[in-house]
Amino acid sequence: MPEPNSYRTGPDEDGNFGLYGGRFVAETLMPLILELETAYRQSKKDNAFQEELDYYLKHYVGRPSPLYFAERLTAHLGGAKIYFKRDELNHTGAHKINNCIGQILLAKKMNKTRIIAETGAGQHGVATATVAARFGLPCVVYMGATDIERQKPNVFRMTLLSAEIVPVTSGTGTLKDAMNEALRDWVANVEDTFYIIGTVAGPHPYPALVRDFQSVIGHETKAQILEAEGRLPDELVACIGGGSNAMGLFYPFLDDKDVHIIGVEAGGKGLDTAEHAASLTGGTPGVLHGNRTYLLQDDDGQIIDAHSISAGLDYPGIGPEHAWLKDMKRVEYVSATDSEALDAFQLCTRLEGIIPALEPSHALAEVIKRAPKMSADKIIVMNLCGRGDKDIFTVAEALGQTI
Amino acid sequence: MSTEQCSRLDRRFEHLKREGRAAFVTFVTAGDPDMETSLELVRALPKAGADIIELGMPFTDPMADGPAIQRSSLRALANGMTLKRTLDLVRQFREDDPDTPVILMGYYNPIYQYGVSEFIRDGLSAGVDGTIVVDLPPEADHEMCVPALEAGLHFIRLATPTTDDVRLPTVLKNTSGFVYYVSITGITGTASVNAAQVDAAVTRIKRHTDLPVAVGFGIKTPKDVANIASIADGVVVGSAIVNRIQDNLDPDGKPLADLVKNVTEFVHELAQGVQTPK
Repeated sequence: MPEPNSYRTGPDEDGNFGLYGGRFVAETLMPLILELETAYRQSKKDNAFQEELDYYLKHYVGRPSPLYFAERLTAHLGGAKIYFKRDELNHTGAHKINNCIGQILLAKKMNKTRIIAETGAGQHGVATATVAARFGLPCVVYMGATDIERQKPNVFRMTLLSAEIVPVTSGTGTLKDAMNEALRDWVANVEDTFYIIGTVAGPHPYPALVRDFQSVIGHETKAQILEAEGRLPDELVACIGGGSNAMGLFYPFLDDKDVHIIGVEAGGKGLDTAEHAASLTGGTPGVLHGNRTYLLQDDDGQIIDAHSISAGLDYPGIGPEHAWLKDMKRVEYVSATDSEALDAFQLCTRLEGIIPALEPSHALAEVIKRAPKMSADKIIVMNLCGRGDKDIFTVAEALGQTI
Repeated sequence: MSTEQCSRLDRRFEHLKREGRAAFVTFVTAGDPDMETSLELVRALPKAGADIIELGMPFTDPMADGPAIQRSSLRALANGMTLKRTLDLVRQFREDDPDTPVILMGYYNPIYQYGVSEFIRDGLSAGVDGTIVVDLPPEADHEMCVPALEAGLHFIRLATPTTDDVRLPTVLKNTSGFVYYVSITGITGTASVNAAQVDAAVTRIKRHTDLPVAVGFGIKTPKDVANIASIADGVVVGSAIVNRIQDNLDPDGKPLADLVKNVTEFVHELAQGVQTPK
């Protein structure tokens, strides 16, 4: 494939990023996603909409988030300078809310009066319940029954925010099934309901829309690193489940050819086992949840469950733009295992006094591998996309401790 | 189209039109609860009153279906069903029944993995008459719809209550065989059908097409069947039949001895609804 002039022109008008993306949905939903696409296009040109979005990002979410030089971690690893983009400092503790604010403003613009969402670890569910509370809209969150059991604090937070949590027992009762149930709800409530998808996946326009709302991460990073170092970083590193925090960081840098970009998938117990969530490095192209992308599946096209210590990365698919960037070789995709992520989690906590979520701990595991091999004048920026308070029970259990 | 398959479906609708009654379309998932029982059941359906057989191609993530059909898919998959075996089932059914049209209904991913052109070729040779692929809207016609039509395999499209008059011609453009009207905004096996609304919708669709219009989703009882049969060219029952299959399983999911008998008796009751001429 020839190298394109720009990596930032996608998707095309049918929502395709090369082979990937598209709109693979039932007819009932088709008019709705076309309507959403129109509203979204209008919002991009609507100054009042953009000003309102900026207002909430600044005063409600707390943006811009700092770009922080991780001095002790840098000294410990003895190589490249490491910066953290501190999206864990956002209201609700992760990058998820950047997108939720954008989508609920769209819902309002479209006169929708009811919000639904799917959630895995509960971070997107909490962010959705938060904005629904703020804008006074009823909210239903679909969550796998197994995830409800292992993410009790987030379930309680959502309940406090007056969201209704619907436990999903169909299929295997995980994030993919929660997404199936949310789609089923949407099909049954097409008139009044807005579906806030939490990642850069699903039918067009969601992958582009979520990317654009998350791109605030990359835009800020670019300005901040230029201010701090007077130049762009050598490497960007972010973790990938569906891929929204990574897409948000990467997108503004895609045409900066000298910036090496690395996405880190959840390797679970290892790519040589059946228990991982690495769709790009361990999957094949297929069609699920409205888009064509890399999937964990068997020869018959049946979807295989993902596994990761981090519930937020536990998804058998990946955003279609990542699938395209992998094939174009613009972004390098690697994986980190559960135990590498656990080690990184502890190291960061000890050295920097920051408890990262298990999701960005995967990105950090990759930084730990790379930084020592790089010289001291090189710069790595890692997206610290969530804080780890929600994970302390999982980590305690993995470390064999009772709290 | 001129192949034998296509004319099989067309012939069936023409024949029923002469009889002055609607087609009774039965849905079961291929391989539910297992290949052997499923084949026996499908073989018994025409005699029980099925005019057209719709067979579900099992998929782990059937987004437009309710719990009944999703569970049936998972039962079939747990017992080793694959798309290849679904085609085998049709082939074996065809050995004894050259006349009853068979429609395969499912989701795109298993077909995509099988290979679209291979699926069309093997489907036609097994005796499949048409397909319904839920997650391939007209916007994705180049994926499978166009090659299927070119090869002589019907591509049956769903029209829904959200398909307005502006969009309807797009939906109908490459539809063949018949139009499947989804009677509710919702998933299979949930809300009940509203005959007055369906009547208006069928009339609306018929203003745009000469194809037969079959109606499905939310049709559960012989009375529902009779109501819809008086206003549409075909009536589809799925979840209610699939639930009968589930009712005839032991706690380990194995079929009880009378499964086929009990399910076909139910199908026979439902089929009475289409016997009254319009």
